[in-house]
Amino acid sequence: MTPIVEVRALHKRFGELEVLKGIDLVVNEGEVVSIIGSSGSGKTTLLRCLNLLEEFHQGEVRIGGESIGYRQRNGQRVRASEREIAGQRAMTGMVFQAFNLFPHMSALDNVTLGLTRVRGMSRRQAVELADHWLERVGMRERRDHRPAQLSGGQQQRVAIARAIAMNPRVMLFDEATSALDPERVGEVLETIRSLAQEGMTMVLVTHEMRFARDVSDKVVFMDGGRIAEQGPPATLFSTPESARLQAFLKTSSL
Amino acid sequence: MSYHFNFAPILAQWPLLLSGIGLGLLLALVSIAIGSLLGLVVAFATRAPSRWLAGLAFAWISTLRNLPILVIVLFLFFGMPQLGLSLDKINSFILALSLYTSAYMAEVFRAGLLSVPPGLIEAGQAIGLTRSRIQRDIVLPIMFRNALPAFGNNFVSLFKDTSLAATIAVPELTYYARKINSETFRVIEVWLVASLLYIVCCYAITLILRALEKRLVLEAN
Repeated sequence: MTPIVEVRALHKRFGELEVLKGIDLVVNEGEVVSIIGSSGSGKTTLLRCLNLLEEFHQGEVRIGGESIGYRQRNGQRVRASEREIAGQRAMTGMVFQAFNLFPHMSALDNVTLGLTRVRGMSRRQAVELADHWLERVGMRERRDHRPAQLSGGQQQRVAIARAIAMNPRVMLFDEATSALDPERVGEVLETIRSLAQEGMTMVLVTHEMRFARDVSDKVVFMDGGRIAEQGPPATLFSTPESARLQAFLKTSSL
Repeated sequence: MSYHFNFAPILAQWPLLLSGIGLGLLLALVSIAIGSLLGLVVAFATRAPSRWLAGLAFAWISTLRNLPILVIVLFLFFGMPQLGLSLDKINSFILALSLYTSAYMAEVFRAGLLSVPPGLIEAGQAIGLTRSRIQRDIVLPIMFRNALPAFGNNFVSLFKDTSLAATIAVPELTYYARKINSETFRVIEVWLVASLLYIVCCYAITLILRALEKRLVLEAN
C-alpha cells in the first residue's frame, strides 16, 4: 500500500488558540477516509492544511511522498515559494461546501481553466478532457451554462469535475453536501460514491454519517483538535470506544 | 409674459456647438481612461501588505475627493506654470480631471475588489493557479463586472464636469454657449440648446453603459 497523504505531528494555531494539537494520519492509495466530529473539532482546518489553504506551525504534511508547504533552510523552517506552493496545491483537488465556481465562466471554462493555465494543455486537449469529466458527473449537456443558471447540486457536480480533471493524487471534500437542498444531496453523494468505487483516493469531511459508513475504508473522529478515535466504519460506528464518540454518534442520525 | 423665442442665431452656430460637445466627450473619455487606470492602481494599493503604501493610497483618495474639481482645474492651470511646469489648457484640464477621476474610480474598484468572494480565490488556489493568474483570470474580471454600474454613474458625472473647462477657455460646449450668449444675447435659447445637448449625450452614455451592464454583470446566484 502506497501512502498518498502522510500527516505527522501537525500543529496549527489561530493566534493563541491551538486548533490542531498533534495530528498523525495516513491515507493510502485508493482509500476513502472520512473525518467526522462536531463543529470546532478541527476537521475542516485539517483538510485545508492538506492543500495549504491553511498554514501550519509544526509537523509535516506529505502528498505523494513530497513534503509540502515548508522547507528547511539553514536549520530554519521557512514557507516554500509562492510558485512551489501553487504546484503542490495542484497535487490535490478540493471540493468546497459553497461550490465556489467561477461565476463569470461557463461550466466548461471552470473545468478547463486549471488544465490550460496549470497543466499547460492546449485549449483542444483541455476541452476534450473537460467534456469527459463533465459527462462523467452528468453535466456535459449543460457545459455552456453559467453557475447561476445551475442548481446547487449541478454546481457541485461541476466543481467535482473541475477538481478531478486536474488528475490529483487525492480528492478533498469539505462538507460537500452541507449547502445543498435536501433533495439535491443524493445526486452529489452518488457522484462521490462512484468516484470512490473507481479507486480515487479521497478524504471527506462530512456530516453524512450514513454515507461515511457506506463509502469509507476508514473513519476518523476528531475531538478538540485531536484524533480521538479512528478505524474501519463497521467497528467505529457499532462499537465506539470513547465516551465522546458515543455521545457524538447519539446526536447524529445514522 | 410674451417672450418670443428666436433660435435662428444659435442654430446658425451649430458647427461650434457640435465641436464643443465633441471636445467635451473627448476630454471625458481621455480623462476617464487615464483616471481609471490610475484608480485601478490606487485601488490595489489600498490592499497592499505594506501599511505605508496602503496609507498613501487612502490619503490620495480622500485628498482628491475632498477637493472641488474647479479648484483642481484652476490650481493646475494657474499654479503649475509658477513651478515651471506649463501645460496647455487642454492638457492641464485633462490632468486635473484624470486626477479627480482616479480618486472616484479607486473607490469604485475598491468596492469591486471587496465584492469578490474569498472562496473564489481559494478555489483558484486549490487548482494550483499562481497569485498573479488568480488576479488576472478571477479577481479582475469579476471586479470589473461588479464595478460596472458604479463606473457608469461616475462616467456621466465626470462628463458633466467637462463644462468646467470653460473657465480656463477650453473650447467645449459651455465655452461656446457663453460666447454665443454674449454675441447674440439670446440667453434663454442658447442655454436651452446647450442643456438639451448635455442631456442627450448623458442619456446616450447611460444607455450604452446599461446595455454593456446587461451583457456583463453577473446575475445573483
